[in-house]
Order: sequence, then C-alpha cells, then structure tokens
Amino acid sequence: MEASLAVRPVEVRDLDAIIALDAAVTGLPKPDYWYELFHRYGTRGRQQRFFLVGDAAGEIQGFVIGEVRDWEFGSPPCGWVFGINVRPNARLGGVGTRLLEAIVAAFRRAGVTKVRTLLARDNNLVLSFFRSHGMTAAPFIPLELDLEGASQ
Amino acid sequence: MKLQTATSLALVSVLEAAGHPERQVSASDIAAKYGVSIHNLAKVLRELGRAGIFEATRGAGGGYRFDGNAKRLTLFDVIELFEDISARSPEAGGADPATDVGRALAQVLAEIDEIAKATFRSITIDTMLKMVERERAAQPRAA
Repeated sequence: MEASLAVRPVEVRDLDAIIALDAAVTGLPKPDYWYELFHRYGTRGRQQRFFLVGDAAGEIQGFVIGEVRDWEFGSPPCGWVFGINVRPNARLGGVGTRLLEAIVAAFRRAGVTKVRTLLARDNNLVLSFFRSHGMTAAPFIPLELDLEGASQ
Repeated sequence: MKLQTATSLALVSVLEAAGHPERQVSASDIAAKYGVSIHNLAKVLRELGRAGIFEATRGAGGGYRFDGNAKRLTLFDVIELFEDISARSPEAGGADPATDVGRALAQVLAEIDEIAKATFRSITIDTMLKMVERERAAQPRAA
C-alpha cells in the first residue's frame, strides 16, 4: 500500500470518497461541511491551509487537513492538524504516516517549527497514532464551558 | 502520579522484553539491571505471563519472552493488571466527600486522573521503545 500511494492536494472529484469515508467512520454524513472545507482549504493558492489525500490507483485511502495558525493566545505561528482519517481496510499500511509526513513537510515549508493537534481524550486510536510519531502533551490545557449548566 | 512498585516493575519488564522480542528475559537479569527485588519481580513476571503478555519457557536458560502486540498494547493495559488507577481519588485527598469543599476537591482530582488515564491509554509499548531509543541516542557515548 505505502509504495503505491500518492499524497496530493485534494480535488473536487475526491469529495464523494472523503464524505463516504468520514460517514463510515463517524456514522454521520456531512456533505455540506466537506464542501465548505474544500472551498476553504482545498482550492489552489493557499499558503497556510492544506487539505491532502492519499490516492492509490485512483482510490482515496485517507486524508489530512491542517493549517498554520498565528499567535493564538500568544503562541508563535504553528501547524495545526485538525483532521486525519484512513479507510479502515487500509490501516496499519503506512497511509496515515505518509499523510502526516506530507502535511508536516508543508508546515516546514510554511516556516513553522511546531505541530499541534487536539483530540478527544477517549480517541485512543488516533491519540496513539500521533504519539507514535513523537507528539507529546503540549504546554496548553483545553477548557470548555457547558452553557446549558453555566450559571448566568 | 506515583505508581505502585509492582506496576513500575511490570512496565520495566515489558519494555525490556519488548525491546528484544527475539530474546528471553529472566527475573535475575532485570533485577540485576535495575537493582530491584528478584522475589517481587518474579511475581510480576508470572502475572504478565498469565495475562498473555509474556510467554514463559521452562528449563535451563528458561525465562520469559514478549508475546504481545507492541503497536497495540498500551501502558494502561499493563498498569491495570496491577492497580486500579480509576479508583485513585474517590475522596478528595481525605476531605469529607459529604461536604461542598470535599466534592469540589474530588472534582478537581478526578479531572487530573482522567487526563492521566488518557495519557497512559494513548502510549503504546512501541511508542515507549522509540522514546527509550531517543533517550539512548541523546546520552553522550561512554569513552
């Protein structure tokens, strides 16, 4: 799988396969969301936004999406990976690694020296994947406020 | 976070064995390398054998061989064989959980424990071996 895989920028013809892959994994089809992401991240000429796919003989095996974010809460510009997925049948074949390597290379070309991501605590599979590539806890703590339960 | 002695011995043993899956490890080898009690270690190795993480071989030169999937086995999988870190902070560090203060403290400690558990669940033995290798490479070579 790894040898025959080409990692390239997404094209509009890939969206049906991406929507199907996401729906198969999450159980929730979101076509509008993916078309919107394509327009924001997949069109040509983006210098800081990246939407890449793994293509094996015309079949989409996975995708990765990320961007360079500048000065969030005082943090110098860094690369953010906010989406990565691999077809369940193609896992453990190096597809995710190739996708991550490609977006990290894009971040390097964009001039950043840190890559970050954010995952649910119980997403063990993807957490383990990022850990296996050397990612460790960042010096940040994600917080949330439950608006339903918050006092006025 | 402090792990119990048996848990720490188990993690060390798994990493030693998984780092050389072609080799057998013995309690005496690990005990000598880490300066720990061979008696305690032998019990830990037997438990790892019962859990299917180690395969025991008998006879002269016998010992244990790693028999798990290093890319799937996590630190949490090993830890939970020896202690229940889920039940670590039920009582707010001694404060009475029947009080408002006790419940608020318990909430903070539970939050910390959840983060710790998620960290242990996210790190596989294979990832740990890569970290060990990086540590080894970062050390200055002996003259």
